Amino acid sequence: MTHVSLKVNGREVSRDVEPRTLLVELLRRDLNLTGTHVGCDTSQCGCCVVHVDGVGTKSCTMLAVQADGKAITTIEGLAAVAEADGRAEDGLHPVQAAFRQHHGLQCGFCTPGMIMSAADLLSRNADPTEHEVREWLEGNLCRCTGYHNIVKAIMAAGATMRGAATPRAAE
Amino acid sequence: MYAFDYAKPASLDEAARLLADDPEAKALAGGQTYIPTLKQRLAQPTRLVDLAGIPDLATIKEEGDGLAVGAMTTHKAVAASPVVQRAFPELAYLASLIGDPAVRAMGTIGGSVANNDPAADYPVVVLTLDATVRTTKGEHRGSDFFPGMFETALEPDELIREFHIPVPEAAAWEKFRNPASRYALVSVLLVRTKDGEIRCGVGGAGPTCFRATAIEDALRSSFAPEALDGVTIDAGDLNEDIHATAAYRAHLIPVLAKRCVRRMLRR
Ligand SMILES: Cc1cc2nc3c(=O)[nH]c(=O)nc-3n(C[C@H](O)[C@H](O)[C@H](O)COP(=O)(O)OP(=O)(O)OC[C@H]3O[C@@H](n4cnc5c(N)ncnc54)[C@H](O)[C@@H]3O)c2cc1C
Ligand code: FES
Ligand code: FES
Repeated sequence: MTHVSLKVNGREVSRDVEPRTLLVELLRRDLNLTGTHVGCDTSQCGCCVVHVDGVGTKSCTMLAVQADGKAITTIEGLAAVAEADGRAEDGLHPVQAAFRQHHGLQCGFCTPGMIMSAADLLSRNADPTEHEVREWLEGNLCRCTGYHNIVKAIMAAGATMRGAATPRAAE
Repeated sequence: MYAFDYAKPASLDEAARLLADDPEAKALAGGQTYIPTLKQRLAQPTRLVDLAGIPDLATIKEEGDGLAVGAMTTHKAVAASPVVQRAFPELAYLASLIGDPAVRAMGTIGGSVANNDPAADYPVVVLTLDATVRTTKGEHRGSDFFPGMFETALEPDELIREFHIPVPEAAAWEKFRNPASRYALVSVLLVRTKDGEIRCGVGGAGPTCFRATAIEDALRSSFAPEALDGVTIDAGDLNEDIHATAAYRAHLIPVLAKRCVRRMLRR
């Protein structure tokens, strides 16, 4: 067993873990944060993306021991980040609110990873082109939506975050 | 995953010592190749030696005629580095096309070169520019570093410290991406070195990266896309899998090389 101390959604967490424990296993199994999903075995789908020190990372491809000393934000903690910045809408992060408004999901399985990846992009560049959004989502697979409304939602969230008028909702 | 122990040494020499003491121990860099390998139970190390706690391994500096890039430098850091963007913009572009943003945030140049996946991108750079690979045991030349598929000149307990990458006079990188995995089906790095030599490195196509000498010869006599019209590459030694036949890969090599020539002429 190896001891790890990290911050998850603002809360200090200390645990003894087997070194082979994945970060996503620590989150889902030990901390009951089941919003982070596992969609593949090959590090390709992006359902498991969380922020590690603010950077989008596949939690299925990181060991819990590698996250020692780091600050993790999961989908459960994203709204609180927006609250702290005074950007929350209805208790949601602007990206979450935009996914709801623009129907950026169908079954919802890929959605936590999509939203965490999108929030990472928009925190660096709140005014991406559609092409940049699509390129950014290379590591996030959705089997339902065809990406159209996902991209629309992210563009709209960018507009909200930089204080521009929100484009109309998808038909 | 099989169980293993974990160590996070504070220096590269200590890491090398841990590997020398236990032949079944293995280094861990960004984990973007090795953790998927462990998850599939394709490896069973006794211990992972995490290089992330070692200071000064993630640096990028100009050095003489090239760039010194530390082994733990992430793909993301290379892509975003103002030094790389100014001195060798095609290298920043190459890094920006590796995998996806999350892979680029964790994956490192040292891990990519040490792993030598036939479809990996950095080995093509190290081979084509004959970069120097500085390790815990000395130095290797990039031209002798990749003997075969997933093989390198490294000893099991030898760790890469940094690369010295000579900056070419001009360069173009063309990567024909598999639309699902984003790995190269075929990639071509065409360069004109500071001495005026034309070199053409190929990735993704064979068991390991190689120089396409037929293309280099044709472009030496005339640096124009048409010079490659009659040039063919033998498919005999190339990879064949569910994604592409060997013949298709052979066909793509001069096609991508032509695109490189056009881009270099336009600049
Ligand atoms: C979805 C996905 C897409 C990808 N797409 C691409 C792509 O398009 N192009 C591409 O080139 N790569 C791609 N990769 C691979 C990625 O670039 C990896 O980051 C890289 O191959 C390995 O780097 P790492 O730091 O993650 O190494 P690790 O996975 O930690 O280690 C890989 C191997 O290198 C050894 N090693 C690591 N560091 C050192 C060192 N300093 N000295 C000696 N040995 C060392 C380890 O022991 C291990 O055997 C992709 C990966 C994924 C998951
Ligand atoms: S579950 Fe992590 S990439 Fe698929
Ligand atoms: S909404 Fe179903 S996988 Fe994306």
